[in-house]
Amino acid sequence: MSDETLRLIEKTADDLFAAESAEARAALARGAWPERLWQTFADTGLAAAALPEEADGAGLAAGLAVLRAAGRHAAPLPVAETLIGRLLCHRAGVDAPSGLLTVCAPPSGAQAPQPAVREDGDSATLPRVPWARFASVLVAGAPGQGLAFVRPVDVVEGENLAHEPRDDVVVLGPPEGFASLPPAVDGFALMALARAAQLRGAMEQALAMSLTYAQERVQFGRPLARFQAIQHHLAEMAGEAAASGAAVDAAAQAGTPFAFAAAKARASQAAGTVARLAHQVHGAMGYTAEHDLHHWTRRLWAWRDEYGNEAHWWQVLGAEAARGGGAALWPAMVAAGGAASEGEGA
Amino acid sequence: MTGFDFPPPAMPPGVDGLRAEVREFVADSQAAEGWRADSDFGSDWSASFSRALGARGWIGMTWPRQYGGHERSALERYVVIEELLAAGAPVYAHWVADRQSGPLLLRFGSEAQRRAILPRIAAGACYFAIGMSEPDSGSDLASVRTRAVRTGEGWRIDGTKVWTSNAHRSHYMIALCRTGPAGDSRHEGLSQFLIDLEGDGVRVSPIVNLAGKHDFNECVFEDVTIPADRLIGEEGDGWRQVTGELALERSGPERILSTFHLLAALVHAAGPEPEPRLAEAIGRLTAELYALRAMSLAVAGQLERGALPEVEAAIVKDMGTRFEAEVAETLRRALPLEPVSGDGGTANAPSLEAALGATLLGLPSFTLRGGTNEILRSIIARGLGVR
Repeated sequence: MSDETLRLIEKTADDLFAAESAEARAALARGAWPERLWQTFADTGLAAAALPEEADGAGLAAGLAVLRAAGRHAAPLPVAETLIGRLLCHRAGVDAPSGLLTVCAPPSGAQAPQPAVREDGDSATLPRVPWARFASVLVAGAPGQGLAFVRPVDVVEGENLAHEPRDDVVVLGPPEGFASLPPAVDGFALMALARAAQLRGAMEQALAMSLTYAQERVQFGRPLARFQAIQHHLAEMAGEAAASGAAVDAAAQAGTPFAFAAAKARASQAAGTVARLAHQVHGAMGYTAEHDLHHWTRRLWAWRDEYGNEAHWWQVLGAEAARGGGAALWPAMVAAGGAASEGEGA
Repeated sequence: MTGFDFPPPAMPPGVDGLRAEVREFVADSQAAEGWRADSDFGSDWSASFSRALGARGWIGMTWPRQYGGHERSALERYVVIEELLAAGAPVYAHWVADRQSGPLLLRFGSEAQRRAILPRIAAGACYFAIGMSEPDSGSDLASVRTRAVRTGEGWRIDGTKVWTSNAHRSHYMIALCRTGPAGDSRHEGLSQFLIDLEGDGVRVSPIVNLAGKHDFNECVFEDVTIPADRLIGEEGDGWRQVTGELALERSGPERILSTFHLLAALVHAAGPEPEPRLAEAIGRLTAELYALRAMSLAVAGQLERGALPEVEAAIVKDMGTRFEAEVAETLRRALPLEPVSGDGGTANAPSLEAALGATLLGLPSFTLRGGTNEILRSIIARGLGVR
């Protein structure tokens, strides 16, 4: 897919989310499903963006561009769950269920039982499933376990720090459907990469707001932006956001577990720094409920811990690096770097 | 949109083969010469290694063939130099000439200068020192006071350059001198000159660094007279030229990989199944390097497209040099390890303690050389539109 197509997709998503996200956030705060934003999103066809081109999508990089835009505008929709859910269905060779879809993807090697992924079924509670109260639930098991379409018997509503639904879902009996996934497909890691793309977008917005505020707010007779200490805060924020973005872009090209782990680790690490500095630049103004900044910083604080925080992915990466040994570290780094030769890449 | 993008570049065809060639060359060289792997580009000076590299066509890679170059892409050059650094090869001798002096001459030098010097650089046989800093001009480069005055036959230069790495073993220096009034911008009236360190009568004396190494020099110009054809580019155009030179100085993988040999050693020392705390420490550095390499590669992609990504390079160097330090700090905490100086008292193989010691004594320079991190952050702030 050309860079131009990618830019077009991102711009479409950006315009859409920019126009309607604030109103949708207000709707969600009243407990209502943001139907209008969802319908517009569904009408654009962006929900299929992450699928490969042969499945009428535009590829993982395009999906991540949509998620970046969703993060930039704090769009209160299960965009990641929709995009990755459809991708998982595609990889499993099954049609995605009609209507709203969410993904429950426990980490691989998790101690928690994952009974819903078994064909014979069982009863269990799936904790903190995003948007489950509005959606049908797809459970992506650990690599090799497959996909299950489950029938919730009860949903206990909860939310993350940004007031996004994170519901406990009680399931009973065998799943409504089951499909096996290729062993290389890791739903948890794909969701982690999706969150990394959202984090990147949210960090960019926190930086943009901080830049604007620093140029408008006058203290000691000059704009905050004239103070070197503030300039260096802004420079650090830009660096953290850029590093996260570079890792996400490279991971999208590489498509390997090593790359996904590095991208989510880097973005989760950056999120805390960017949120802290954004508030530092904004002063008390940014600490009010009235100011919009918290829509982004709350998401940064929530998303960095979802689908593995930085420490989780550091351990995964470190264990993999150690298995290879010191001499193999550099070749592994290059192999996961993603920059493909012309004509050889995705 | 706000902030900066570092899109992955499309690599030219054949880079995998090139990478494999470099790896084989470096492994053979290390086996034959027995050099100690140190990823700091400034760690080891080996004229024989540089000449061997030149013979392979891996210096001056992007330059036109007529000047001894090989007309390869900036991304192919990137692959070669990152492989050399990752392997810890002794690249210091030709490094500055290949990275910035040669490209400066190619862009601004006279035809005679290019013909006389570039083929020698590309052969790995001609080395350069950077004549920017002075006793009273560090980060504030526009304040240089070394003066060049026109004489009948050429120029007379008076002044002092300091922190001049390798002036005692290089063939040339490119010196930034004041040739006219500074103007309101302070950037006018500066010019660059090609100085023959062997023949022009510059007095070079060592400044030993805290590690006990002779890398820096003081270079005193007292009535040094040079012919007119040593001016590089236009008289008074020195600021614009030196800014481009600095962008090249700041943009490469040597700003993220200086301590890679320690990271590899840490992974080796941790063994195949490290405890979670150690795995976490390794993973943290690995994730950071992954992101930094993606950014650094993107900068090379921008160079290939003819851009001079000054701000992006500043971001990579600011974060990259802090990462380089973090590798050493993590190594000593995680294993743990007490650093020693010298070869650590062992007769043959230097210990990891000695490698750590050498790096710790080098670290303060990493966030200074080629522009302090504070200057870099100001460049980034300017790129964000707030300065």
